[in-house]
Amino acid sequence: MEKTTFDAIVIGSGISGGWAAKELCEKGLKTLVLERGRPITHIKDYPTAMMNPWDFKHRGMMPKNFSDTNPILSRCYGTAEDTEHFFVKDNDHPYVQEKPFDWIRGYQVGGKSITWGRACQRWSEYDFTSPAKNGYGIEWPIGYEDIAPWYSHVEKFVGVCGNKDGLEAMPDGEFLPPFEMNCVESHMKETISKHFPDRHFVHARWAHITEQKEIHRQQGRGPCLNRNLCMRGCPYGGYFSSVASTLPWADKTGYLTIRPFSVVHSILYDEKTGKATGVKIIDANTKEELIYNARIIFVNASALNTNLILLNSKSNRFPNGLGNDNGLLGKYICFHIYRAHAGGNIDGFEDKYIYGKNPTDCIMANFRNLHQQEMDFVGGYTVFAGAIRARTESVPENEAQLGADFKHKLSEPGLWRIYMYIQGETIPKITNQVYLSNDKKDEWGIPLLVTDIGYDENDDKMVADFLEQSRLMLEKIGCRDIYSGDNHQAPGLDIHEMGGVRMGKDPKDSLLNGHNQLHACKNVFVTDGACMTSTGNQSPSILYMALTARAANFAVEQVKNGKL
Amino acid sequence: MKRRQALELTATMFGGVIIGAETFISGCSTKVKDVDPFSDENIIFLDEVGETILPTSERSPGAKETKIGEFMKSIVLDCYHEKESGIFISGIDKINELSKAQFNKPFLEILPEQRLTLLSEIDAEARTNKSNDEIHFFTMMKQLTIWGYFTSEPGATKALRYNPIPMSYKGCIDYKVGDKAWS
Repeated sequence: MEKTTFDAIVIGSGISGGWAAKELCEKGLKTLVLERGRPITHIKDYPTAMMNPWDFKHRGMMPKNFSDTNPILSRCYGTAEDTEHFFVKDNDHPYVQEKPFDWIRGYQVGGKSITWGRACQRWSEYDFTSPAKNGYGIEWPIGYEDIAPWYSHVEKFVGVCGNKDGLEAMPDGEFLPPFEMNCVESHMKETISKHFPDRHFVHARWAHITEQKEIHRQQGRGPCLNRNLCMRGCPYGGYFSSVASTLPWADKTGYLTIRPFSVVHSILYDEKTGKATGVKIIDANTKEELIYNARIIFVNASALNTNLILLNSKSNRFPNGLGNDNGLLGKYICFHIYRAHAGGNIDGFEDKYIYGKNPTDCIMANFRNLHQQEMDFVGGYTVFAGAIRARTESVPENEAQLGADFKHKLSEPGLWRIYMYIQGETIPKITNQVYLSNDKKDEWGIPLLVTDIGYDENDDKMVADFLEQSRLMLEKIGCRDIYSGDNHQAPGLDIHEMGGVRMGKDPKDSLLNGHNQLHACKNVFVTDGACMTSTGNQSPSILYMALTARAANFAVEQVKNGKL
Repeated sequence: MKRRQALELTATMFGGVIIGAETFISGCSTKVKDVDPFSDENIIFLDEVGETILPTSERSPGAKETKIGEFMKSIVLDCYHEKESGIFISGIDKINELSKAQFNKPFLEILPEQRLTLLSEIDAEARTNKSNDEIHFFTMMKQLTIWGYFTSEPGATKALRYNPIPMSYKGCIDYKVGDKAWS
């Protein structure tokens, strides 16, 4: 008979679920990971990883029958002929948009960790304290000092490349050597620091192994080979994902069970003990209902799905969703602003080129509202930036536009092009929310999620500042043909949705405590994006991983002390 | 790592402009004649259009060797919306008409130099086309030729330098004029 009782259940196998599984299994807890999608095995299930450009019938472009039936997914930057199998199709998993929200999902073992952006900058103390200090959020129950050792713990295992820059806004960590800047990026760094002394243009930090350490060797992961085809899955394990790293690691302990095709319906609550007892799932294929029990439950279903599961976990004690005594579950959803970009061309570096493909961007650490509130908007933003030199796209008007000479010109490298884009903080607001549909259900009988999430004036002001400042910096760098723009993309397309089950000090205005436990149901932990009290301006995944490792170790302690 | 990749794709795969599923709003249906627009003869025709744009030279193969006609067919049929594919297909007849008007013969029967003269004229017209709602058929043919050529095996490996597993990254190396770009 199939085993139904475990020490721990982890809902979701993505970037944070993988970490929960690793930490819990390493500490000897028999752990069940529930994943709603299909199984994915490292290397074996990367069907496109070694394909050449000409092996794709449409050389990457999705056919129109795909884009017509998947308008949401087609807007995602990462969806192409070589990666589409790792993304949820629009019609397979509908949701209700009260306001436009592009919800990008990856339902498979490994979740979105297979296709993630891989940026791994740490939050600074300012990111944690700024919302409460400047009146646009509640206080985080933890600070930088609490999470710093867990950042280190995670970085060493993941393999994060970067440079120690000693920046207040972007603390250093346990870094492997960075990919070097190209000559134009070095020029950008020099001119920006000369003209804007408080703006730091540096290597960003990325989950790529640039120097294999013993811990990576033990995972069977080798250095990044600079193919820049990461989102297909890396057969060398050059970048971090759950399937390449944490899940196989957890499996080696002998304590891991992964159950794919498991759609979580709800978490079951026992009034007598005041604890959750287990998880009710519906088999994605057979539609059979099954119950699994455990002493502790980690909810890592991805930010909005974690909200959905908790909202759907109703009982006499919690008629509005598990742990939802204050009615704030599903509220204060926030995200990152990704809608503005800028760029231009630069002359003078025609005699310089690159070898290999750099899978990373440079970064400018936040320089707005850092020490004090000084702008007409609250919060800060990070700028990702870089320079590329691609094949020549066109030849001057007075030259032949067809023929052999034209072909030879197009076969050579073209202009150096500089680009910048924003990753900006948003304000957690009670009006940005998700909730369950009253009447619409999915094919497993689970209510559809309604997204009611939009931009606000603060976002517009931040975007305007970025557009102005990026232009100014591009001018100082010496660009010509400068462009900038706000594409007004819907929230969600940033794929950095956060909140809804936020951490806080006070059960009156938050759902989780400083150890990511539900205030009102202590054996349930939420450590994915749903737990975020505010968004900061840095890429969040590495923080989810650190929070997960910290919470998992706390949970194990509590179990061993008999408190959970 | 969201923008570098997008920019590189746009630059290397699409030559800076993307014609295709998302660029134009579909809905306007163009009546296509009952003949197969991608008959064997028309594939040969498109191969020769491509070969005129990017011909065989001492340095690298021409577009015909990359089966550019078949590639154009795949994209036009699978990725273009009806309005765009209608414009593209009408271009085949238009080129033949212009060829007959100028050289008294259809495109496939004129000499390579005549093809170059003819398509250069059409290209000049396409490049000055300022119509916002109607893209010129030759803009499509030229873009598909360039995109398909440089992502084909002969184009990527012979016209460009193809190194699928670079093993390392060097951000600043010397470049000599004439060195091929990386594919």
